[in-house]
Parts: sequence; C-alpha cells; structure tokens
Amino acid sequence: MGYPTQYRYTKEHEWIDAKGDTATIGITDYAQHELGDVVFVELPAAGSKLVAGKTFGSVESVKAVSEIYAPANGQVVEANGALQGKPETINTDPHGAGWLVKIKLSNPGEVSALLDAAAYEAYIEEKKKEASA
Amino acid sequence: MRYLPKSPTERQEMLDAIGVKSIEELFSTIPEAYRLKKPLNLPGPLSEAEVVQYFEARAAENSTGYTSFLGAGVYSHLRSVVTDAILLRGEFLTSYTPYQAEISQGTLQAIFEFQTLMCQLTGQEVANASMYDGSTATTEAVLMAERVTGRRRVLVARSLHPEYREVLRTYAKNSGLHVEEISYSAKGVLDPGALKAALKDDVCAVVVQSPNFFGAIENLAPVAEAAHAAGALLVVAVAEALSLGLVKPPTAADIVAMEGQSFGLAPSYGGPFVGVIASREKFVRQMPGRLAGQTTDLDGRRGFVLTLATREQHIRREKATSNICTNQALCALAATVHLSLLGKEGIREMAGQNLAKAQFALSELEKIPGVKRSFAAPFFNEFAVELPRSVKMVNAELLKSKIVGPFVLGTAYPELSKHALVCVTETTSRAEIERFTAAVKAALERPL
Repeated sequence: MGYPTQYRYTKEHEWIDAKGDTATIGITDYAQHELGDVVFVELPAAGSKLVAGKTFGSVESVKAVSEIYAPANGQVVEANGALQGKPETINTDPHGAGWLVKIKLSNPGEVSALLDAAAYEAYIEEKKKEASA
Repeated sequence: MRYLPKSPTERQEMLDAIGVKSIEELFSTIPEAYRLKKPLNLPGPLSEAEVVQYFEARAAENSTGYTSFLGAGVYSHLRSVVTDAILLRGEFLTSYTPYQAEISQGTLQAIFEFQTLMCQLTGQEVANASMYDGSTATTEAVLMAERVTGRRRVLVARSLHPEYREVLRTYAKNSGLHVEEISYSAKGVLDPGALKAALKDDVCAVVVQSPNFFGAIENLAPVAEAAHAAGALLVVAVAEALSLGLVKPPTAADIVAMEGQSFGLAPSYGGPFVGVIASREKFVRQMPGRLAGQTTDLDGRRGFVLTLATREQHIRREKATSNICTNQALCALAATVHLSLLGKEGIREMAGQNLAKAQFALSELEKIPGVKRSFAAPFFNEFAVELPRSVKMVNAELLKSKIVGPFVLGTAYPELSKHALVCVTETTSRAEIERFTAAVKAALERPL
C-alpha cells in the first residue's frame, strides 16, 4: 500500500493529514501490518487535549496493545466512532476509513517538520532490514 | 542438558568455555565491601531418613484437638477428600500459566469453570482466573476503578477487613491514590451520613465489605445509588464467600473482590488463599490478571484459550494493567471442585447451618450476665459481642480448655476494646458451642 504524499508521518508510525488548522490522524499501513488483526481501539473524547509526543489512546490487536502518540498539539474535534463496531477497518484501510481522530491544531506550522512520505518509507525500509538482519 | 547438580569437572568446563578462572571471578563487579567472605550459615546435608525424621518431629509439634471460634477473614469449613484427590493429580499440579492451549485444555477448562462459578455466585458478568487473595483483589479492584473513572480518591468503609485496608494503603502510598475511611454506624454498618459528606465528583470508588468485618450484612443498594450519583464505582469485598449461599449476590456492585478460601482451602498458617475479581463486561479491558475463554477449534469442537491477555505484563511489560502474574490456579481448582461437589443445594444447606449455629451461639452468650450484642445489623456466621472483662483475658482462660477464642476487636479498633468477634461455622457441634459459652461464663465469673 502506498503512503499518501500529502500526509506527514512520525517514527512511532502515525500519519497526520493537515488541512488549514484541522488535521486527521491515523496509524500507518506498516503499523497495522506489524500489529496484526485489530480487535479494539481506545480513543479520547471530543474536547480532549493532545500533546505532541504523548500518548492519546491505544490500539489492541490479537498480539498486543500499542499506544498511539500524538504527532502534533491540538484538541480533539471528533473520534472515529465507526471503529468501535468495526476496528478491523484499521487493517483494511489504515490511511482512509481507518482514521482515529480529527483535531484542531494548536500550531498548524509544526506539522511540516514531521517526516514526508519518502522519508518515512526510507525509515521503515531500514526498520525492515534491521528486523531481517 | 541434564537437570542435575554440576560436578566439579562440569563446572570447570563451563568456566573454561567462557574464559573465567573461578566462580568468584564472576562476582568481581560487586565491590569487596559488599561480598560475603564466609560460607552461608546453613546446617549441613541430611540423609533421606534424617529428613523424614526432622519433618515428623516438626509435625508432632502441631497442636491438635482445639475448637476454634476465630474467623476474622479466615474460615474453617468442611472439605471433601475428593477435592484433594483431584487437586493432587500431576496434570493439575503446575500452576504455571497455560499459554499453550494445545496442551492445556484440562487446566483451561477448569479455569473457565471457576470463572463461571464466580460469576454465578457474585451475580457479575465476567470473572477472572483468580488473584492472590481477598486483600490484593480488593486493591486491584480499586486500581481498576481508578483506570475506569480517571479519578484518584477512594472511600473505604472502616468496616472493611483491617488487613485489606493495610494492603490498599501500601499500594496507594507511592501511587498518588488518596485513601479515606468512612466510619460505621451504631448498627455496625457503613454510616450513610459520613459517606454522603465525603462523596464528591473526584471519587473513583466506594469500597464496602459484606458481610463486613463485624459480620454485619450491608444494605448495598443505597450505597450503590449514592456512589453512582457521584460518578464513582461501587467495589464490594466479600471475605466469607460461603455467605453467598444465603445472602443475595452483590449485583449492585460494579466490581466484586472476594476471598475464596472458604471453598475447599483449609485455614492453614499463612494460607493459601485465592482471590476473585468479578465485574461488569463493559469493564473487562480494565480487569487485571488473566481470563480463560470458550471458543471452537477448526473442526467446530468446543475448546478453551486464554483471552484478552494483550494487557498482561509478558506483553506490555511496565505498561501492563497489573503486575499480577502467576496466579492461584491450584487454589482456584480446589474452589471449583469443592463448589461442584456441593452444588446449588449443598452450598445453601452449608450456609444455612452456619447461620443457625451462629444464631444459637449468640443466644447462648446473651444469657451470660453482662454480655451484650455489639451491633444490631443482621449477620451471617460472625458477630460481635461486648464483654464485661478484657477479651484477651477471657481468651487466655478459653485456651486452657482447648478453645481458640474470638478475635480481639480492640487490636484493630481501639474504640472496641471490650468487644469480641465470634465466628461459628458448620464444623462446630452444638455440644462444642455449649462448652464454649460455659467456658466464657466461667472466665467472666472467675475471681480476679
């Protein structure tokens, strides 16, 4: 699966799609693949504050529970309610319908400092090499 | 590799392989000052016959022939030899976590049945595969409520077992959890006024024991209502699980923390105990410990597996929901076998005998001049009485007649210095109860 070029990425494998002062956040295809079948998602309520680099929820697969880290500072506008009934959407469409939260960015400028698609792909290639070494 | 003590030759081979001259050298990173330079002060080896003799001599030191009226969290109940016969089967003797479902179906099924029985007894939707004991289960229930509500203040009934409160305080001490105690009323149950005054919207849980430490049965519905109105959870602790044979299950609770020792585990010195946590299904992901679940295999046959283990420490390390690890599987098995043997009718009958015998003991004690019932609240198999003399002194007299006397309430409640907590179970005959009450009367009438 390709990594959309308009998104920005973190080394903790979240993506962020910023449009003006709002942004959508999810986990990457690489992350969902590493986790395996997702069975439960814990997300913050609308109004919760996100602090860049800090955890704001968790994704539970049959293998493990993993923390999700905020790629940017902001306030939650909406959490993806559809994931409560169909958490497997994160596996089937991680960069689209499997989004986690929409936030209002505190500082829209900080998103561009994150990895772009090419840099993220280079990073996960390295990770894969490490894993097979 | 054979699992046998290493011979000097083998030790030398291993040292050579890793390029170290002596075993001492392996400890060279520990500063001289902290190293023990003499052999441990341990007795020398014994032959098999000497070991047997040693333990026979220790066993002969045990006291026998005593009748006990001591409960206070540990209860003497009848046990069937069938329980031990099943418990001691080699297939069950390892309590190690049955991660591999392929080779652990029997153990997993037993755990699943334990969970089912605990749900039926407590009136809750989901129970875990056991905890260490009632005190740690109570603390874990509070930590669970903290995770569910995100609040850090907990209100604990002063009539909760004093040792359960101590364990909770130990956990809370360095974790930022704030523990407050709620006093008991003149009837010996949670004081509703004191609860109301302390309940604010920063409370994660209200913890009540029923029957409480004084043996009194709490009216849980209004406590649940008050807790829920403030957005807090109700944690109900049960120290005498057999009470559930008669008392209505604590369905008003959000979490039930129970001690299961009454089910097939003898009251030995220091245990063993077995804890239970049961709760509502919506809180299952905040539950500590492990759960066995029922499923079907590829051919559609019924099977059992550990489930929802993703939050346990072997996967989550320091981020785990709880650090509870190897559990009390063998004790949980004892409880499962015991309850299966008793059945629905049996547990009711056993509980009924406890109630009747405790009532009889109270009526006999109340005939003694100066002896008064401490609290008016209804009780199960334990009740408090006020004596006209020191309880310790009375107990010393009882011991001379081979009777283990009641719990001295003053040790845990200074304001109840003349009160004794009497426990009577189905194991005590009517004649023994009469011998006990006569001995109490004699101790109270004895010239000082």
